[in-house]
Amino acid sequence: MPKRKTEKKKLNIPQKNPEKLIAKDDVRIDGRKLDELRPVKIEVGVLGNADGSAYIEQGKNKILAAVYGPKEVHPRHLALPDRALLRCRYHMAPFSVEERKSPAPSRREVELSKVIREALEPSVFVEYYPRTSIDIFIEVLQADGGTRCAAITVASLALADAGIPMRDLVVACAAGKVDGRLVVDLTDFEDKEGEADVPLALMPNLNAITLLQMDGGLTVDEFEKAVNLAIDGCRELYKFQKEALKSKYVAVKEAVEE
Amino acid sequence: MKQKWLNKSFVFKVMNMPLFYEKKQLVTPGDFLAEGNYIAGENTYKDDDKIYASRVGLVDYDARKIHVVALKAFYVPSVGDTVIGKIVEVGTGGWAVDINAPYLAMLRAADVLDRPFGFRTSDLPSIFDVGDLLITKIIAYDRTRDPLLTVREPGLGKIMRGQLVKVTPTKIPRVIGRKGSMISMIKKETTCQITIGQNGLILINGKTPEDERLAVMALHKIEEESHTSGLTDHVTEMLKKKKEGVEHA
Amino acid sequence: MSSSPMVVRVKQKRIAELISSGKRLDGRGLTDYREVKLEVGVIERAEGSARVRLGKTEVMVGTKIEVGQPFPDVPNQGVLTVNAELVPLASPTFEPGPPDENSIELARIVDRGIRESKAIELEKLCIEPGKKVFVVFIDIYVLNHDGNLIDASSIAALAALLNTKMFNYEVEGGEIKVKPGYTPLPIKNHPIAVTFAKINDKLIVDPWLEEEQVMETRLTITMDKDGKICAMQKGGHGYFTLQQILEAVKIAREKAEELRKLVVRG
Repeated sequence: MPKRKTEKKKLNIPQKNPEKLIAKDDVRIDGRKLDELRPVKIEVGVLGNADGSAYIEQGKNKILAAVYGPKEVHPRHLALPDRALLRCRYHMAPFSVEERKSPAPSRREVELSKVIREALEPSVFVEYYPRTSIDIFIEVLQADGGTRCAAITVASLALADAGIPMRDLVVACAAGKVDGRLVVDLTDFEDKEGEADVPLALMPNLNAITLLQMDGGLTVDEFEKAVNLAIDGCRELYKFQKEALKSKYVAVKEAVEE
Repeated sequence: MKQKWLNKSFVFKVMNMPLFYEKKQLVTPGDFLAEGNYIAGENTYKDDDKIYASRVGLVDYDARKIHVVALKAFYVPSVGDTVIGKIVEVGTGGWAVDINAPYLAMLRAADVLDRPFGFRTSDLPSIFDVGDLLITKIIAYDRTRDPLLTVREPGLGKIMRGQLVKVTPTKIPRVIGRKGSMISMIKKETTCQITIGQNGLILINGKTPEDERLAVMALHKIEEESHTSGLTDHVTEMLKKKKEGVEHA
Repeated sequence: MSSSPMVVRVKQKRIAELISSGKRLDGRGLTDYREVKLEVGVIERAEGSARVRLGKTEVMVGTKIEVGQPFPDVPNQGVLTVNAELVPLASPTFEPGPPDENSIELARIVDRGIRESKAIELEKLCIEPGKKVFVVFIDIYVLNHDGNLIDASSIAALAALLNTKMFNYEVEGGEIKVKPGYTPLPIKNHPIAVTFAKINDKLIVDPWLEEEQVMETRLTITMDKDGKICAMQKGGHGYFTLQQILEAVKIAREKAEELRKLVVRG
């Protein structure tokens, strides 16, 4: 995508002049307001073989999630006596980013797989199915910042679609600091050029925060505001998430009502 | 999991009402269904005094209990269920059977053999081998041990012929219909023998491949169009039309 | 970090019950650290080194400086690389082999603290823009695992960085010529990680191994020298409420200050 590269270079120039990332009237580079999410499109039950699946587009992010299980654990010695083994693989397609990414899992992907799993695990009744595994596969087809959050939102739907008993859905959204201003749902560019990024995942009905990371620099006061902004973002996204899940089942519901 | 709701303002505003959903309303995991002295039924859970949905489904309740009719769920073994399974492993003392559930089921050699089981004398693969399909019944199961199967009852045993259809386990009640109305109608119209596995697998045996094909079509129609009303009539109509078509051809 | 399921249940229960009543099995208060012992310059071959004992947890960090290429997007900055090894001699649960998710996460948490607080003045490590820069390797070596590897490693990494000396050099015709003497690595910030565990809905700092095995959730907050938050990481299969996180931030600020005094002297 040579076009985007030149675009990027152009954007790189005002880097020294912070006013350009957010214009005077509080408009961000992509035209959004400070507390505005990117457009979201979510679909549930998109893959044939998986027990559960979902797809999300959030801005330019395009992410697929699939769930297999609960099923026999392979290799068997990994089975846990008192709960299901939740496994998660977050993986980026080689063509998902500007420069080709090697398909071998990077250290970043290993870490994200872990934190995503730990963000989803509080929502799953793993204790219901001891000695089994529940496998979550996340493929980032195109990345533009905030992929771990979008991955959590979509993977939670795939879990629900697989019929796995859950305490709540998990929805995730980042907030951050760009040009000295707190904003929600950062793009890759805003994340790279900005001062801080706070990805957060929430079980919205239980008010439980299941993912929290942060990098950059924030005062304690700014952090508190950023966390609240991310939580508001999660609540907004939750509406779309829930709607996507419901819309798959509306047809089924009519049947039972009959 | 112990929950503490430190910020109650996030919870729904209708706090004074004990029930927050109507019957048959579609809910998703985490939806706060009720508060107070209700019993948390299937596909719900209770935390402190609050009851939440744990699966996508439709709310139902009576005076004491609230539950969710799951719209998507996998098969969980239950003692007494007839299930159709596939042999995936022949062990030293029996067979491992895939019954479309989170756990592999076990069929012990002793269940099948007339004389005592011996390592030398009993050639298990000659009885059931990997890939064989069985109609079996679950005789024991709890969360600590894999389900145990039997074939020692009339109608159980190895499947020698027929067609297998897989439907979502949650749709099995729909296939059976009210008091068996749907399935008896299909049997009558297609003259096929039909064995329903509670685990979502259905075996069809007809006199001709054409009869079997009709039965398969009927089952697919039920699964795909389970949202339309008057389904039994639709399926009957379809079967009659198809049969006429065949006769006239 | 890795928790073996082989904890005696009775002990687990005891730990959890004690914490509910505001006490800990080893007599500490909920927000007390274990004793920190720090030695620096313990490995002469390394450019900088430190050995930290946090109770019985023991971590060694060595730094190495080499000449390498800069990243294309930051051609005039030196490169920072953090790696962690959970060597098998440190715990029966550590296996030989390539880094697993626990060691990768540990390295990345320490890396984020140093990188995001801009602790190292990477611009000063540029030799020839776009071509040659200094690469700072921070290798974390866990020698004994008794819980809270993150904080022990973060302290050891900062101490090792402050202990790191670079050789003096000159560039002559594109070649690097070593000159006599050393200068300290340019360090301008001092990030300190403070790790919390949530057990029975209570927060404790500096969990030791058996508390880690009981904890539902973990939160690491890295504070820089100005009291700003520079990195954060939640771990474990549980959750936090917003109030708990804000409380943790408050505690982390104090604790980081205390710990920093032990590492940065004068």
